[in-house]
Amino acid sequence: MSTTVAKSSFWRERFPIDAVAHFFAKKTVPMHRHTIWYYLGGMTLFFFLIQVGTGVLLLLYYRPTAEAAFESVQFIMTKVRFGWLIRSLHSWSANLMVAAAMIHMFSVFFMKSYRKPREITWVSGVLLFFLALAFGFTGYLLPWNTLAYFATKVGTEIASVVPIVGHDLLLFLRGGEEVTGATLTRLFGFHVAVLPMLTTALLGLHLLLVQVQGMSVPPQAEAQAAQRKPMPFFPYFLMRDLVGWLVALGVLAALAALFPWELGEKADPFASAPPGIKPEWYFLFMFQTLKYIPAKILFMDGEVLGILAFGLVGVFWLLVPFLDRRPEAGGRTRWFTVFGWVAIAFIAVMSLIAYVVPQTF
Amino acid sequence: MKKIFLWLILGLGMAGVVRAQTPPESSCLICHRQLDAELLAPVTAWENDIHAHNGLGCESCHGGNPSPAVAEDPEAAMSRAAGYRGKPGRKSIPELCAACHSDPAVIKKYNPALPTDQLASYRTSRHGELLFQKGDEKVAVCSDCHGTHGILAASDSRSSVYPLNVPGTCGRCHADAGYMAGYGIGVQQVADYDSSVHGIALLRHRDLAAPACNDCHGNHGAIPPEVKSIAHVCGRCHMNNAELFEKSPLAGPFQEMGLKQCETCHGNHSIVKPTDAMLDPNGEFSCAQCHEPESAGWKNGAEMFAIITEMKSKIHLADSLVGGAERAGMEVSEAKFIISSADDELIKARTQVHTFQSDLLRQTSQAGVDLASQAVGLGRAALQELQFRRQGLAVSMVIIFAVAVALYLKVRRKDREWQEGGARG
Repeated sequence: MSTTVAKSSFWRERFPIDAVAHFFAKKTVPMHRHTIWYYLGGMTLFFFLIQVGTGVLLLLYYRPTAEAAFESVQFIMTKVRFGWLIRSLHSWSANLMVAAAMIHMFSVFFMKSYRKPREITWVSGVLLFFLALAFGFTGYLLPWNTLAYFATKVGTEIASVVPIVGHDLLLFLRGGEEVTGATLTRLFGFHVAVLPMLTTALLGLHLLLVQVQGMSVPPQAEAQAAQRKPMPFFPYFLMRDLVGWLVALGVLAALAALFPWELGEKADPFASAPPGIKPEWYFLFMFQTLKYIPAKILFMDGEVLGILAFGLVGVFWLLVPFLDRRPEAGGRTRWFTVFGWVAIAFIAVMSLIAYVVPQTF
Repeated sequence: MKKIFLWLILGLGMAGVVRAQTPPESSCLICHRQLDAELLAPVTAWENDIHAHNGLGCESCHGGNPSPAVAEDPEAAMSRAAGYRGKPGRKSIPELCAACHSDPAVIKKYNPALPTDQLASYRTSRHGELLFQKGDEKVAVCSDCHGTHGILAASDSRSSVYPLNVPGTCGRCHADAGYMAGYGIGVQQVADYDSSVHGIALLRHRDLAAPACNDCHGNHGAIPPEVKSIAHVCGRCHMNNAELFEKSPLAGPFQEMGLKQCETCHGNHSIVKPTDAMLDPNGEFSCAQCHEPESAGWKNGAEMFAIITEMKSKIHLADSLVGGAERAGMEVSEAKFIISSADDELIKARTQVHTFQSDLLRQTSQAGVDLASQAVGLGRAALQELQFRRQGLAVSMVIIFAVAVALYLKVRRKDREWQEGGARG
């Protein structure tokens, strides 16, 4: 391929194709015992591309109004050829993408890959992760079923506890006081226009930075990486990536075919919320934590404090590279690793409780 | 001084409010409260009586002088000159109550919705006939059903005439063999009713829409429904069945033969929940009570059973196919909607049985059969689609696996090349 391109003077004259080809030819991947974690970013990208492809196909039939949304998804599921598969792939791939992004993010965190000069790569990555969660939240309502309706009601209510701007934020998200067709249309707009636009820009920056700076070698593997020569990305590492993607595709196809994503009942704003309602798994630990916070802590509302605390943790997480200034020198940096493990344990325990302990409300 | 005057007005006003809720004080109450059991009981019961709460006193029924001033003087309180009449005789009770209850001018002051024709109805009832024409004082008079000094509104769940309590109230006499001796009617009715579909709905499920004794027999005009009128009684609630029966070929012969319409097949007090088995020639087959085996009527009944059974089994098949597909994760809401429409048609067909014309039933039930067939088709298609998806998944898996393995082998070969290249380099 590259030789054909190289031979074609048409392209060479109009595009710095040689420079790009040269860059890829020289691109290498450091080899050490943590090399396995380098696959997760590509895996997340793979699921993201599936999201884009299936999302565009769903757009051909989906109608974003309270009157027609549920019926249009039902139509996709029953009448459109392979519509069920496309919707099921979109839903499953969304969850796998969040999972892959989460593992990628934590592996980067523990390997301290956010060290200078990769601070911006980390910040853009964390923002991309938040965008993935926003995609999950905005997409959840689109089929306009009972579960989605009430989950969105609870989710947007959480926004209202933010001090000062809370109520305005709620109105902005809902397009009114209640979750209505206006909310659906609005979240649809975020899901297919605003978020993709932001994601494209950030993803471009993130990938560009990774290419420009090359792959980070974790401090604990520096000696190993120095002993072993780096692997050329093309074609050796890319082929390994492809094997991973194929496995991911197999898992995704099996999940989508064996457990098609349910549609449920059409949302009825006048019905009472179904019992034991829970958000998607990636929001579950926050939901469960808010339940345990007492109603009042000193003079503050417990829920407000909880949400503010999550907000602060989010900001802290975003600023990790600027706070952890000496990651390779030990000392203070050890606390960041401890924090990471505590965070994982906290998320795991809270999510597990939410699944195992019967819900009382 | 002004203040005291205001307090006095307020106090009197309050007294007026309180008076509307507690019995007005009278010589009768003052004196009877000091008496023993039997003579104290009316006063105790009177505390809750609806009449007392509406400001009436004992003298309204018993006459006499209720002024508390004469409480120490029984002779003055119970003076015949003051109209004292003591305990009213049983025969006079209906008219005594009617003195107020038949007077719209009086009743509308308390409860304008209350009818005032109770005495007129009572006169037409079996109870009224026996009382007024035969002088039989054993029959029920107003106080037997409503009580005497502790009368409550019929809407009060503690009232003896509240729907849930009516069977027990009627049963006090009608289930008592000794009391009913000589009247030529059985005492099984209440026990039968208790186990009937109506009794279960009312007494066990506390469904106030279910009929109690008075809903079929009338209350003040209580009388057993005649042969001709029984369909009207049942038809008040089961209007479609009654109307279809009225137009059916069975209506005429039933009347000629003196057969009671609904009751002949369904019974009266012990009505059980009707099932399709009533049409089953190998089961209860109600038709066989009159129609000889293999006669036209017998065949007609058997045919109706076949139609209902076919519809039911089609719906059942659709249910199991669609349910199976749904459990496997298929989207089958359309098929489920069609099944629920077919269910509605089955209910309609069960009502249509009362036309007693199998050809007519076949025509009207066709819509339900068609719907069920459509749902069966959708269920089968969903299961086929499921099969197709699984096969598709299997094929895809094989391809993905094969490519992955091939790629993996290639990676290993390339790795070796690269290692060797590295060694050379």
